[in-house]
Amino acid sequence: MILTPERQQALADYLLALADDELILAHRNSEWTGHGPILEEDIAFTNIALDEMGHAKIWYGLVHKLTGDDPDRLVFFRDAADYRNVQMVELPKGDWAFSLLRQYLFDTAETARLPYLAQSSYPPIAAAAAKIRPEEIYHLRHTQSWVKRLGLGTDESNRRMQNGLNDLWPYAQQMFAPLPGEDLLAAAGIVGAGTAVHAAWLNVVTQHLTDSGLQIPANDQPPTNGRANHTSHLDALLADMQLVARLDPKAKW
Amino acid sequence: MNQTITADTIWQALQNVKDPEIPVVSVVEMGIVRAVSVSDEGVVVIKMTPTFSGCPALHVIQREIEAQVKALGVNLVTVETTFNPPWTSDWITDEAREKLRQFGLAPPPKHGGNLISVAALDVAACPRCNSTNTILKNGFGPTLCRMIWYCHDCQDAFEQFKPL
Repeated sequence: MILTPERQQALADYLLALADDELILAHRNSEWTGHGPILEEDIAFTNIALDEMGHAKIWYGLVHKLTGDDPDRLVFFRDAADYRNVQMVELPKGDWAFSLLRQYLFDTAETARLPYLAQSSYPPIAAAAAKIRPEEIYHLRHTQSWVKRLGLGTDESNRRMQNGLNDLWPYAQQMFAPLPGEDLLAAAGIVGAGTAVHAAWLNVVTQHLTDSGLQIPANDQPPTNGRANHTSHLDALLADMQLVARLDPKAKW
Repeated sequence: MNQTITADTIWQALQNVKDPEIPVVSVVEMGIVRAVSVSDEGVVVIKMTPTFSGCPALHVIQREIEAQVKALGVNLVTVETTFNPPWTSDWITDEAREKLRQFGLAPPPKHGGNLISVAALDVAACPRCNSTNTILKNGFGPTLCRMIWYCHDCQDAFEQFKPL
């Protein structure tokens, strides 16, 4: 596999999207630290947030390899318009059903995508996927069991889960919208084709959500497919996340 | 620089660098240090790998490795981080497993690369009474590498080092 300039650009964009998704979701999940509905979930969500932060760091490292961009600059000194995460991960944390379901939809998407990345013809991606996959087993095992427990739990837990799903379902589809140049990467065996990943994901989540007493919403059109488009929630999140770094950009940690 | 510095001397010195989250085992016993090389000019390069990708102790470990090597009289030392091949709990030595158990952490079962089988099996022997009449209470714990279990025989909670 030869990294032509076109492929290199597309690959850097693709990796940045992966990294930004992980980072922003990690930040949202970290908002549960100290506020979890029960101590066990406080611990679990904090751990999952830290794992996703670690995965973001790996993907930013690969972006750095291609573009020379400093990961700390990417995280702390980009404005919302330059972030490439999907809108689903920037939405406020909502109630715990919403956050849990969002993490489940994200874990299943990663689980659908990682087998392709593990086979990537670009060795650094294959190595990154090999590192991330075993950690994701623990995430999915946790979130899928809670989806079932709450979906089949009480009327109240089912109602909250269904509300969360109704809100999240259209947004979730954006995770699979093709990025510019993604077809070039898929043709070169660098990443999996978005349509194949989407189909694999749909299959898994439709089955599990249905088994959990939830109905798949009819609306599956995401508000946007462009990763440069964000809600105002991202501005608020970044203001919080970047505040300290921007107060003194030259400070050493 | 001291002429007697060899890779062996360094491996030995690194036994003094403990895992900050589990201070009874060294980073060598944990399989975190992957390679040590000493060039003819006396430049030392150490390759290390994180256990979990998000491990917050990574920088502390990196600094302590560097300090330990410099204490031997080495001036030029680089500590590189790699995640290829990815760290696995199978690399934890048998002696370290026993130390973990004595520390109160059930050691991770060996899985030979088939992690899903172990995750599905969910086995942990209680580090106090060795009973396997135990149940997983939380797949996450106080650090990324620990899970919380309950022993029906001791009627008390314990932690296990997560198989990875």
